[in-house]
Amino acid sequence: MKYRTKLTLLCVSCLFVFIVSFFIGRYGIDFPTVLKILADRFVRLVTFGKLGLGQTWTAAQQSIVVNIRLPRIAASALVGAALATAGAAYQGMFRNPMVSPDILGASTGAGFGAALAILLGFSYSGITTMSFVFGMAAVLLAWLVSKSSRIQTTIAMVLAGVMVSSLFSAGTSFVKLVADTQSQLPAITYWLMGSLSSVKTADLHFALIPILIGLVPLFLLRWRINLLTVSEAEARSMGIETGRLRLLVIICATLMTSASVSISGMIGWVGLAIPHFCRLIFGQDYRRLIPCSALMGATFLMLVDNISRTITTAEIPLGILTAFIGAPVFLYLIITGGSARND
Amino acid sequence: MIEARNLCFSYGSGSVLSGISFSADSGSLIAVLGPNGVGKTTFFRCLLGFLKPSSGSVLINGKDVGQYSKKELAHEIAYIPQSYNPVFNHTVLDCVLMGLTASLSTFEQPGPEHEKKALQCLQMLGIEKLAHRGSMKISGGERQLMLIARALVQDAKVLIMDEPTSSLDYGNSFMVMKCISDLRDRGYTILFSSHNPDQGLRWADRVLALRDGRILADGPAEKSLSGNVLKELYGIDVSVNNVSTRDGQYTVCIPLGGKNAQDV
Repeated sequence: MKYRTKLTLLCVSCLFVFIVSFFIGRYGIDFPTVLKILADRFVRLVTFGKLGLGQTWTAAQQSIVVNIRLPRIAASALVGAALATAGAAYQGMFRNPMVSPDILGASTGAGFGAALAILLGFSYSGITTMSFVFGMAAVLLAWLVSKSSRIQTTIAMVLAGVMVSSLFSAGTSFVKLVADTQSQLPAITYWLMGSLSSVKTADLHFALIPILIGLVPLFLLRWRINLLTVSEAEARSMGIETGRLRLLVIICATLMTSASVSISGMIGWVGLAIPHFCRLIFGQDYRRLIPCSALMGATFLMLVDNISRTITTAEIPLGILTAFIGAPVFLYLIITGGSARND
Repeated sequence: MIEARNLCFSYGSGSVLSGISFSADSGSLIAVLGPNGVGKTTFFRCLLGFLKPSSGSVLINGKDVGQYSKKELAHEIAYIPQSYNPVFNHTVLDCVLMGLTASLSTFEQPGPEHEKKALQCLQMLGIEKLAHRGSMKISGGERQLMLIARALVQDAKVLIMDEPTSSLDYGNSFMVMKCISDLRDRGYTILFSSHNPDQGLRWADRVLALRDGRILADGPAEKSLSGNVLKELYGIDVSVNNVSTRDGQYTVCIPLGGKNAQDV
């Protein structure tokens, strides 16, 4: 199949899952009503609220679609896209197919930063900034350790990431221990748990900006990420100084990771598994890998979130479901030495 | 045309290269021989502008390597590593396209015309059929040709090859050397390092023998590689012989000493 056909299929399935997700939930709403409410929202958005469709639905229906389901679906799409793209970017920039935002410790670092900021009484933007700073610190620490390690780099990086991760998660536990149990502890727990069920439109706005700031440069520079997968000497002889590019990629990927932790808590494995599925289907070229990872990540997390809220009466945390898919992929990578097979 | 003038290089206190001068015109194939650790790689890294000489200079078309921007330099001189160990299974075409980095602006991506150019370079080396195969799934010899294609797409006229055949079998080594010598005929200037003096005798127009960071011999292979030079280079007795084959006269090296060693 041609790339364009595959990409079109991916786009169509992403849109399909997006729309279907609106019908999933305790309160049943029929298809035309959902479409009308969404169309109304869209028209209002485009015309800055000047125009809208005549309201033929109840206020309750409107509230469920617009205030409950839309933010949740948009958040899962956004987080899925961010984590998968960050994972693909990390894998290329570290020349390591076995890394992802969670394995490198970026997610745990971001969680620790947020907890610490809440403890210190920072504002929302302060919390996001701290989350990013510690996410960055975690990744850089894992990178430095693996660089100076005498073990083979691929494995050293995974091990270093696990250790950095456990360090920061211990830090988070400590922060929780000393936090004020009346106000801070619930806030921290809420932030870290951050299940998608409580996402509000306002949270979405806060996360959207940093995710876009990370995503857009990665998208524009995507072909050049290929060059980070060859040795330093080769890249240099081809006329590019990779240092700056590497730093930019790491900043963008970590920014997206910490922003998604802020709305959804730590969701593992998406950043590892999705890029590998994309490698299998679309090949290794980052020109394709970045947009496809974003689309597939979005589709995947919307799908998983639908399952998580319908499979049992109580919601299953997303991380459990993603682990069922991600962990086998990681085991497969261990067995194959990290290469997704495709010719 | 590439030229080194009294090139010296040292890491800290240890001198690696001391006073190397040579120049090469376009359309020449030069073998760089010497024992392990003699500084062949350092020499190449200085030519490529990766390392700054302690003293002396490297000039390409009369201009100091340090004066070129990275992009300009990439259009003059290309590096072909000893081996390529891909982490991801990029297709051969994707790998060759990477050679276009210097021709594209920061946010630009290779388009159909670039792919066409990459395919032409693959065709020049006779491996266009491999274009859509994974770079992990092809043979070592094919991968070496892929790296050469990547250097060709870069538009550089000087090619630096670090032991291009060191990890290849006999047949693949021949195939790669044949391609390299065809490129010389197309006007490229090629320097390659080798551990095999026969390769210098068979393919190179000229041999540069390095010993203790200096040039021990420089000239046509048959003249430069005498038994004495080889003894000094590698520390063993070598008999240099002419043999006639169906393709004509060739000079080959035969290392000696095995029998005597048994006698003693």
